[in-house]
Amino acid sequence: MLAYIVRRLLYAIPILLGVNLLTFALFFVVNTPDDMARMQLGIKRVTPEAIARWKSERGYDKPLFYNSQAEASAKFTDTIFYSKSIRMFAFDFGRSDDGRDIGYEIRNRMGPSLAIALPVFLLSLIVTIAFALLQVMFRATYLDYGGVALCIAMMSISSMFYIIGGQFVFSKVWNLVPISGYGEGVDRARFLLLPVLVGIVGSIGSGARMYRAFFLEEAFKDYVRTARAKGVPEMAVLFRHVLKNAMIPILTGAVVVIPSLFLGSLITESFFGIPGLGSYTIEAIQSQDFAVVRSMVFIGSVLYIVGLILTDISYTLVDPRIRLQ
Amino acid sequence: MAFQPVFLWSDILLFLLIAVVVAGVFYVRSQPHMLEPWRRVGSSGSAMASLTLLLLFVLIGVLDSLHYRPRLESVSAGTNDVRHSVEVHSAFDVLAQVLRRGTEKTYSAPFAAYLYDKENIDRPDGTQFRDYPRLKHAAVHLQDPPSQLAPDVAFGLARALPVAAAVWLALALGVARRVARQSACSVASAWRAIWRRETPIAWNGALTALGATLALVVPLCLLSADYHVFGTDKVGQDVFYLTLKSIRTALVIGTLTTLVMMPFAIALGVVAGYFGGWIDDVVQYIYTTLNSIPGVLLIAASVLMMQVVIDSHPDWFATSAERADARLLALCGILGVTSWTGLCRLLRGETLKLRELDYVQAARAFGVTQVRIMIRHILPNLMHLVLISVVMDFSGLVLAEAVLSYVGIGVDPNTVSFGTMINQARMELSRDPMVWWSLLAAFVFMFVLVLSANLFADVVREALDPRLQVLSRNRLIRKAAHA
Repeated sequence: MLAYIVRRLLYAIPILLGVNLLTFALFFVVNTPDDMARMQLGIKRVTPEAIARWKSERGYDKPLFYNSQAEASAKFTDTIFYSKSIRMFAFDFGRSDDGRDIGYEIRNRMGPSLAIALPVFLLSLIVTIAFALLQVMFRATYLDYGGVALCIAMMSISSMFYIIGGQFVFSKVWNLVPISGYGEGVDRARFLLLPVLVGIVGSIGSGARMYRAFFLEEAFKDYVRTARAKGVPEMAVLFRHVLKNAMIPILTGAVVVIPSLFLGSLITESFFGIPGLGSYTIEAIQSQDFAVVRSMVFIGSVLYIVGLILTDISYTLVDPRIRLQ
Repeated sequence: MAFQPVFLWSDILLFLLIAVVVAGVFYVRSQPHMLEPWRRVGSSGSAMASLTLLLLFVLIGVLDSLHYRPRLESVSAGTNDVRHSVEVHSAFDVLAQVLRRGTEKTYSAPFAAYLYDKENIDRPDGTQFRDYPRLKHAAVHLQDPPSQLAPDVAFGLARALPVAAAVWLALALGVARRVARQSACSVASAWRAIWRRETPIAWNGALTALGATLALVVPLCLLSADYHVFGTDKVGQDVFYLTLKSIRTALVIGTLTTLVMMPFAIALGVVAGYFGGWIDDVVQYIYTTLNSIPGVLLIAASVLMMQVVIDSHPDWFATSAERADARLLALCGILGVTSWTGLCRLLRGETLKLRELDYVQAARAFGVTQVRIMIRHILPNLMHLVLISVVMDFSGLVLAEAVLSYVGIGVDPNTVSFGTMINQARMELSRDPMVWWSLLAAFVFMFVLVLSANLFADVVREALDPRLQVLSRNRLIRKAAHA
C-alpha cells in the first residue's frame, strides 16, 4: 500500500512537469512577454521604454531558458523558465501582474471558497442519492419516468439560470437573503444560504440520473434476486444491498473532486460576490493577469492529481476485491 | 453580381459536416445491421419529437451560414469599379429582413408601442414634456395604441393560427401519404396508424412537436412584422432576431468542437490500445497531463493567448466577421483539445478488448497489415462509441459556451450567442422596472435546444450502446413483471 502510494506520487512528477511545460509554452512561447506587455499597457501609444519597464518590474526581461550572461548555476536559475515555472513546485507563486503576493491571496481566499464548496458537495451528494434511490424504489412506474424527465429537464438548464433565478426569487421577490456579498460570523450563514441551495439544485439533474443508472445496474444482479427470493423486505434489499454496493462507484467518483473543492466555483462565486479562489480566477482572467492564471492552473493540476491518488486509495478501502500493488 | 459570397471557415466546416452526415445516412440505409439501432431510435416518440426540433434549429443555423457581402451602390458611376460592403450578411438575414428593419433607442417590452424610458418630447408649440415616446419601428400602424394594441395583437393571433394549422395539416397529410404508399394502404388508415403509434417510425412524435412549434412560431413570425415580439435590448435591437442568430453560434460550438477533437481521439485511442507498450504509455501520459489541468483554466489560458495572437495580427482578417469567426473556430479548437481525453480513454479501453478477439487474431494470421486491421476491423466496431459521444457532448458544449462567454473567454463580444445575450441581460433584472425579456428569450431557446439534444442523445445512446440495453424501458417492465 505504502509502496503503491509512493509510486503514484513519483508518477505525479512527470505529469506536473508536463503541465508546467505546457503552461510555460502557452504563456511565454506562443506569445512573447512583449505581446503581454503591449496587451496590458494598451495596444496604442506604447513606447518601447514602457514595455521594457513593465517587463523588468515583473521579471519578464530575462532569457527564456538559458542566461549566457549569468554566473555558474545562475545561467539556468536566472531565467524566466526557472523563476516563473520551476519555482511553483515549491509553491512559490511570486507576485501577480499588479504586484500582489499570489500565495498570500490564495491562502486568504481558500476559506470562503471552501465554505461554499464543501456544504454543496456533501449536501448535494446526500440529496442526489436520496432522489435516485427514490426513483429506483418506484422503478418502471410513472413516478420513475417523471423523475427521469425531471432530471433531463434540470440538466438542460444552464447553471447561470439557476443562479439568476435563485437571486431573483429569494432575494428580490421574497427578500429572504442578500443578493450577494460575504460577511463574518453569524452573518456569513445568511450570505451562504442561497449559493449553497443553488449549487445543490443545479447538480441534482445530472447526478441523480447517473446514480439511478448505478442503482439499477446493481438492482438486477443475482445476489439481489437471491436476497429477494429469501424474503428480505424490499427496503432492506434497497438499503442494505443495492445502496451499499452502488456506493462504490458513487464514492470513488466523488472522491476525485474533493481536493478541487478548494478552488471553489467560478460562476457561483462571481455571481454572489464571494471573495474566494473562483472569483479570484475570474478577476484574473478578466484583467488578463497571466501570473495568477498560471498559478491557478498549477494548483488545479496538483489538486486533481491528489484527487486521483485518493480515488485509488478509496477503492481499496470500500471495495475489498481491489488490491493495489 | 449583386453580392459576393463569403465562405467563412466555420461555414465550410459546417457544410462539410452536413455532407458527412448525409453520406452517413445513405450508407447506413444500405447496411441492415447498422440500420437496426436507428430503427429503434425512429420508433421512439421522444426521439422523433426532439429530432424534429433539432432539425428546425439546424435549418435556421444553415440559413444563417450562407454568408455574402452585399454590393455597395456604385461608388463612381460609369466605371466598372465594384465595391462590396464590409458587413457580412447571411441568407437568414434576408429572410429576417423585417426583424432588422431598424433599431429603437433602447429597451422596449414585448409587444410594446412605447419606449421603456421616459424622454423629453417636443410639442408642436415648442414646449417640452416628459413621456414615453412611441417606438419608431413597432406598432406604427396604430393610431391610439393603448386601446388598439390588444385587439390588434389578438386579431394577428387569430389570423396566424389558421395559417399554422394549414401548414401543419399539409405536412401531416404528406407524411400520411408517404406512410400509405409504403405500407400500401389508404391514406385514412395510414393516418389512423400514425396516431395509434402503429407505424415503424414514430411520426406522431414528430408531428406533435412540429404542430406545437408551428402554433408558437407562425404567430410570432407574422406578428413580428408589426411588433418587437420579444422586445428590444439595451441598444434597441430586436431580441427575437438576436435569439434566432444565437442558434448558429450554439450549433457551431456544439458540432465543430466534436469534429475537431474526433481525429485526435480516434487516432490516439486506437493506436494506444492496439499497439500497447511505449506508445500506450505516451498517449496515456498526454491525456493524463491534459486532463489534470482543470478544464476552465486550460480554456482560459488558451483563449487569453489566442486573443493576444488575434489582436496583434489585425491584417489577417478582411472583415470583422472573419475575425469573430476565427475566434469562434479557435474556441472550438480549444474546447476540442480539452475535451478529447474522455473519448480517447474510452476508445483505448475498447480497442484493448477488441484486439484480443478471434476475428482480429484471424486477420493477423492471414497477414493483414496493422493499419488495415485498425481501419477495417477495429474502427467500425468503435463507431457506436464515437457517435454516442458526439450526441452526448453537444448539449454540454452549448451550455459551456454560455458560461465561458460570461467569464469573458467565450466567443467574440460582437458575435451573437446565448452566452453574450445572458451576459448582457443578467444585470437587467435588478433594474426597476425590471427588464426580463432578453433573459427569458435566451433561456427558453437555449432550454429547448439543449433539452431536445439531451432527449435525442438519451435515445441514441440507449439504442447504440449494447451495455445500456439493461436500462431500457421495455426490459425494465419485463423485469418488473418477473420480479
